[in-house]
Amino acid sequence: MKKKAIIEKTARIIFLVCAVIAIFAVCSITVYMFIKGAPALKKVGVSDLLFSNKWQPTAKDPSYGILYIILSSIVATAVSVLIGVPIGLLTAVFLSEMAGKKVGNIVGSTVELLAAIPSVIYGLIGMMVLNPFMYKLEKSIFAGDSSHQFTGGSNLMSAIIVLAIMILPTVISISTSSLKAVNGSLRSASLALGATKIQTIFKVVIPSAKSGILTGVVLGIGRALGEAMAINMVAGGAVNLPLPFNSVRTLTTQIVSEMGYSSGLHRQVLFTVGLVLYIFIMIVNYLLLKARRKGCMDE
Amino acid sequence: MKKGFLTAVIAAGMMAVALTGCGSKKTTNNDNGTTGDSAAKGTTASSQASADLSGTISLAGSTSMEKLCEAMSESFMAKYPGVTVTVEYTGSGAGLESLAAGSVDIGDASRHLKDDETASGSVENVVALDGIAVITDKSNTVADLSSEDLAKIYTGEITNWKDLGGNDEAIVVLGREAGSGTRDAFEELLDVKDSCTYAQELDSTGAVLAKVGSTTGAIGYVSLDVVDDTVNAVSVDGVEPTEEQILAGKYKLSRPFVMATKGEISEQNDLVKAWFDYIKSDEGKEVIKAVGLIIPE
Repeated sequence: MKKKAIIEKTARIIFLVCAVIAIFAVCSITVYMFIKGAPALKKVGVSDLLFSNKWQPTAKDPSYGILYIILSSIVATAVSVLIGVPIGLLTAVFLSEMAGKKVGNIVGSTVELLAAIPSVIYGLIGMMVLNPFMYKLEKSIFAGDSSHQFTGGSNLMSAIIVLAIMILPTVISISTSSLKAVNGSLRSASLALGATKIQTIFKVVIPSAKSGILTGVVLGIGRALGEAMAINMVAGGAVNLPLPFNSVRTLTTQIVSEMGYSSGLHRQVLFTVGLVLYIFIMIVNYLLLKARRKGCMDE
Repeated sequence: MKKGFLTAVIAAGMMAVALTGCGSKKTTNNDNGTTGDSAAKGTTASSQASADLSGTISLAGSTSMEKLCEAMSESFMAKYPGVTVTVEYTGSGAGLESLAAGSVDIGDASRHLKDDETASGSVENVVALDGIAVITDKSNTVADLSSEDLAKIYTGEITNWKDLGGNDEAIVVLGREAGSGTRDAFEELLDVKDSCTYAQELDSTGAVLAKVGSTTGAIGYVSLDVVDDTVNAVSVDGVEPTEEQILAGKYKLSRPFVMATKGEISEQNDLVKAWFDYIKSDEGKEVIKAVGLIIPE
């Protein structure tokens, strides 16, 4: 009896310690980011840092405007989600509503594999395959246009395409499980009322799986916003307005590419960039929380 | 069952401890190995009257020389454990000013001294030469660029190779990220600091080499020592980018790394003398080569 109680107690403590580690990590990262990121915000000035587009950290009279970098992150994420989510959702519909067991298994495990591919591989393929293709496209579109700066194919479009593929697995797997969780009687009722299968899917099944799908979308946004490696390899890395054929730099790649040799205020500003990214991620997570709560309330 | 669980947990814990223990032990072993090695080399290479040397050497100056100074002071301090080397990266001009004011022992400058600086008693000691090669992709037919044209390419005034006698191919201007020493040197030597419009900013020498090699019409710059046969190295103002030309002072995209002293080295204290002896020793030369620089004659 006593022995059992001891075991129970020890197990409890172990679980608690594990749980506390996660909380501790999140709290200390948050505190650290604010401590490290805030000073530069004060030194450079909020508007000069966040709303200026001039990034010249090593100039004699340095300017640290990250507006273009923020915009690039937002545009790349938004457009890749716009492309990735419809494809992902329809794949999920196919997996849960239409595919037979055999085909479903093949597609399902392919998606899982897609999720397991490391981002550096996406970057590598983007660099070797996508960039040369984009360069050809760029050359044919801007032929004879002397005002366009040729980027060799490393541009916003490449980044968006890579990101759209990278968020697919997240969107697909979460949407599939929430579609599968929709009660079968709803489908039967809809079909019994004379609705076709497609009507049932779009009018009944998807709306009832809404909160789960939304979760997938928000997680996809988080993934796209936070990706650094693949983007660093395909996006070019010059600070520019996010136009399709411009070489761009996002919040993540900004930190990755300049942390190495930066010093002084330049380095502090990179921490501020990290802070901005962190705040973006917090907003995304807040939306996720809200989407889930709303889902609960609907049910 | 539960007993099994508990033992498993304990075993896991012990294993973790054991693993971390192993890990740290291994690294210290490695550390010992390397320092032991270099110390051994040191005694064979040069003066033995080293162990009793102690004090502080202070350097200030060029930010471009950070890599060299860090590597040099690290290995110097490994050999002379009693000596502390402090380096501040304030910029070439500021470093020489501190030297003239007597607040540091050595002023770092990534350029030759100006007349008014030598007039104040500072003596130029070139410790290394920095060379930058301009590279293009293999299919490019342009083999020589004037430094004016190169500057125009990087500021975006010339955008097609046909304007330079090459193929009708857009120029893809590649460079390094802000903060890179190579970028700093390149822009400074061409006098295009902060007016460059890059199509891509890459964060390593290897990335520049790879991208230039794989992109038609690309141009980039890298340290001279990494150029290989996947790219063409362009001559600048008719001078080929070779070590010989740099040593002869003919190649435009090179600069001296100067560690200036107030008065000749022979007039300095023992610490500073030991520092310069070390730089000129085989070990010092190894350090200079390791950071991609050329040893002056």
